[in-house]
Order: sequence, then C-alpha cells, then structure tokens
Amino acid sequence: MLVALALMTLPFALSAAGTAWVRITNLAILYVFLSLGLNIVVGYAGLLDLGYVAFYGVGAYVYALLASPHLGIHLPFWIILPIGAALAAIFGVLLGTPTLKLRGDYLAIVTMGFGEIVRIFLNNLSRPINITNGPQGIARIDPVRLDGINFGRDDVWFGLTVNGPTKYYYLLLLLLIAVIVVNMRLQNSRIGRAWEAIREDETAARAIGIDTTRIKLLAFAMGASFGGVAGGMFAAIQEFISPESFVLTESVMILAMVVLGGMGNIWGVIAGALLLSFAPEMLRYTVVPVQMAVFGRLLIEPEVIRMLLFGLALVLMMRYRPAGLWPLRARQREFSKQDVAK
Amino acid sequence: MLAVMNLQVHYGGIAAVKGISFTVNKGETVALIGANGAGKTSTLKALARLLFLGAKGSIRLAGEEIIALPPHQLIGKGLALVPEGRGVFARLSVAENLAMGAYIRDDKAEIAADLARIHALLPRLKERQKQLAGTLSGGEQQMLALGRALMGRPQLLLLDEPSMGLAPLMVQKVFETIRAVAASGVTILLVEQNARLALETASRGYVMESGRITLADSAATLLADPRVREAYLGE
Repeated sequence: MLVALALMTLPFALSAAGTAWVRITNLAILYVFLSLGLNIVVGYAGLLDLGYVAFYGVGAYVYALLASPHLGIHLPFWIILPIGAALAAIFGVLLGTPTLKLRGDYLAIVTMGFGEIVRIFLNNLSRPINITNGPQGIARIDPVRLDGINFGRDDVWFGLTVNGPTKYYYLLLLLLIAVIVVNMRLQNSRIGRAWEAIREDETAARAIGIDTTRIKLLAFAMGASFGGVAGGMFAAIQEFISPESFVLTESVMILAMVVLGGMGNIWGVIAGALLLSFAPEMLRYTVVPVQMAVFGRLLIEPEVIRMLLFGLALVLMMRYRPAGLWPLRARQREFSKQDVAK
Repeated sequence: MLAVMNLQVHYGGIAAVKGISFTVNKGETVALIGANGAGKTSTLKALARLLFLGAKGSIRLAGEEIIALPPHQLIGKGLALVPEGRGVFARLSVAENLAMGAYIRDDKAEIAADLARIHALLPRLKERQKQLAGTLSGGEQQMLALGRALMGRPQLLLLDEPSMGLAPLMVQKVFETIRAVAASGVTILLVEQNARLALETASRGYVMESGRITLADSAATLLADPRVREAYLGE
C-alpha cells in the first residue's frame, strides 16, 4: 500500500525538483521494460544477446512510421503498440533462426552484428524510397492520445496542473505492472522452466522432451516483443527518433543493467535498470556544482566521471557481488559455494 | 523392444559406425562395450538422435522407425537418455530436476507416485531435494540423472558411460542403483568403457571394435572369453 501510494504521488514530488526528473523517471521505466525483455533471453534462456537494442529500434520506428506526418499515417497508439511488439517478435525469430546452434561468445558476436545491421538499415533506408528518413530521423511523432486526453500537453484537472510527462508516467506505470505480471507468470510457467533447462544443459533438455528449437525461438520472440513495446513508448514520449538512439552502447548498457541487478531475478533486474538510469542523472546534477564549489571551475566533464564511476562500479560488483545486487537465490548459492571452495 | 539394423554413422568422410545390427529385448540389460573410439558413443548418439548429420540404417523402437524423429519426441516414444557427463540442471534443485524429468507428462497423480517410487529407489535424492544439483557429488549427480530419466517413465533407458569421472567406490554404488532400476522392470542399454562392471550388470553384451560389432554373446560367456579378458579386462 505504502509503495503504491509513493508511486502514485511520485511525479508531483519530482515536479517540485523540475519536470526533467519526471522525464528521467519515464525513461528509467522504459529501461526497466528493456531489461526485463533482455532478461528473458539472457537470464532465463542463457542466450547472450548483444544486439537487443535492434528490437527497441524496430518498435520505435514502427510507432514513428504509423503515427507521424512522415508517411501521413496517424493510427492510435493502442493499435501501433501491439504491431510494434509483433514485428519486434518477428525480428527476434529472424535473429534466432540462424543462431540456434550458437552459444556464448559466438552467439554474442552474431547478435552484435544483427544489432548493427538493423541500425545501419535505419540509417540508410532513405533511398531509393524514403522509409526511415535516414540519419535525420523522424520528427513530429504523434503523442499518445487516449479518450480525448493528449499526453503531449499540459492539462488542468481539479485545479491541479498535470503536465505531459506526468501523464506518461501513469501510463508507463500501468504498462510496467502488466509487464511485471507477464514476466512473473512466464518465469513460473512450463515455458519458463524449459528456458532454465536449456540454459543449464541443452542435450539433457532435449532428452527430457523439450523442443529446444521452438523454446529458444520463443525466448527471442518474447524478449524482443518487450523491446518493441518500449521502443513504441519511447517514440511517443520523445516525439522524435533517429538511428542514433539505437547504437551498440545501448545494448551493452541494457545488458549491464541485467547483469548488475542479478540475472534471472525480476526484482534484481528492475533494481539494476533503475540504478543505472538514475545514477548518471544524479551525477550530472552534482558533479558540476561540486566542482564549481571546490575548485571554482569545471576540471572534469561529468561524462568522463560518469564512465569512470560506471567502470569502477562494475569492477567492484564483479569482485564483491558477482551474482548481481539482488541475485536469483540459486545463483547466489552457487557463487557463495565457490567462495567457500577457494 | 529395440532393433538396430545396419546402422552407419559418418563424420565427413570418416566412418565411425560401419553398419552394425543388434537388439535389446524387453526387460533385459544389454551392455555395449569397447575401447575409446570404437564407435560406442556414436552409436548411442544415433539412437538418441543427437547427431547433426544423422545416421543411416534402421532403428526400430517397439516396431516403430525412429531414425528420423526429432530428439525431443523420443521420450514420448518411451526412450530416455542419461547423457554422458550426467547433464543435470546444475542451478536447479534436486526436486526441480526430477520434476523436469516429467516435462512431457501432465498426469499429476501418476507423477507423484513415480516420484515416491524413485525416492524409495534412490533415497539420497530425497534427503537432498532442496540442494542445487550442481552442489551434489559426481555419484549423486549420476543418480539424479538416472532419477530424472525415470521420471519420464521410459520403456528403454540409454546410459552413456555412467562410471565416467567417478571414484571407484561411487562407481560401485551407481552400478548397484542401475541393477535396482533394471530389477524394477526397465529395459537398459548400457554403453560403458568399464567392461567388467558392464558385463557383471548386463545379461547380454556386444563388443565393438573400430566401428563394427566383433563379439555378441551372453554376459557370462563374454566375461569368460579369453579375447575379452585380454583386451578389456586387463588380464
């Protein structure tokens, strides 16, 4: 109850510190979607995917193309979001099919290539027919409109000014609950257990009757569809997208969220995503004032400090909590046993 | 139960199994022995449909041709494999591993009855139900792999090198368990390098040498055969 109340009033508290913080929170929730989606592929099924951002991009471009003046199509968001999720899932199968027999590093390389291919396509599909508008990206994307409420504008309800980002926050919160419920049900389902079995031993999984081909493709498709939904919401919120948002470092960042939080554990992954989304923003707002106060001028750029601290955090994590901040019980036990063995 | 006819396995241009035929009758334990590289594992992989390139010939399980079946459908036909190196799901608990063995079944009451039977047969697994499979000793893992395969209620159990990597004392225990499983009515094909143990456990045996079956007889006769004694029993 307390958590629910806190989540409901959060945007108003954040608005006091500036609307920017509400936007940052919204973006953080999108990263939670992405991390939970990647967690299905990496955490449950054990397939290392370094091209996950491609599905984010697919979802975003589906939204942008079906709700902007670029192609002159303006569909409502509740139609586009499922289309984006479905198309992302198809792309997931497209990536999964040729990589069925690959594991570990080999799979990582192929998926990384896949992510880059999608980005390069987005960058170059402006000729001969202009589909993606190339590096300029697609602008003036429709904001979400629901029942006459425009999520891109401010409204005054009951004397309270509710701005666009706050409205998106509530929409994302609803979606987030749905995403978490789906994830929890998946984990405890027959499919979830089949994913775990494949992760542990593929030959044995086949021997007990798991159709490993189908189940692996399902992991790729399911994981990708979450990326597609996140991409669609990203396009709606930003109202502008370009291929620059879907680069390799994004894939790496999402993977870092999954690993840092605790692969395979829904709450750990959520914690990892929130932490890595908020920490850089916090830094941005503290590094400059602190340096100005101490040295009187800016010595080190916030961006440099960010990467430095990020690297340090990862190293410390791998040293002291190799299973993640909030690991799966099983992994925690596994790692602690190794420590004893040393 | 199992009838293999003229089975051939090729890796590129190299023939690993050069047209072998053998049978396993209902209720018996049959050993397939031979040195490293004789083609034992290739034969077993062909039976379990784990070869990328596939095999030629005929493999009939209870009269039905299974040589082209996808591997995950075999357990439904009554054929269970205990893979080489055991292949337990290390980060799942013992109980979860056993439950996964019944993946294709949905008859809850029957599954519970089978679990109780397996617990009676392998009491160690009951004691360790909550432990992660990866933290078990090698012998316990082998027993878990056996139990998991039995949860699929197979008619024919394929055992791939159950003694591999185990301490001698543990090997004895694992083979005692295999005998108990056989006594409970499960038909077993045992592929094993430890020829003495395999022949002491089985009722019949086949000896493989460079891709062919060179000897086939009752286990007792093979144990007494001077050629077997010299080549495989170190005498």
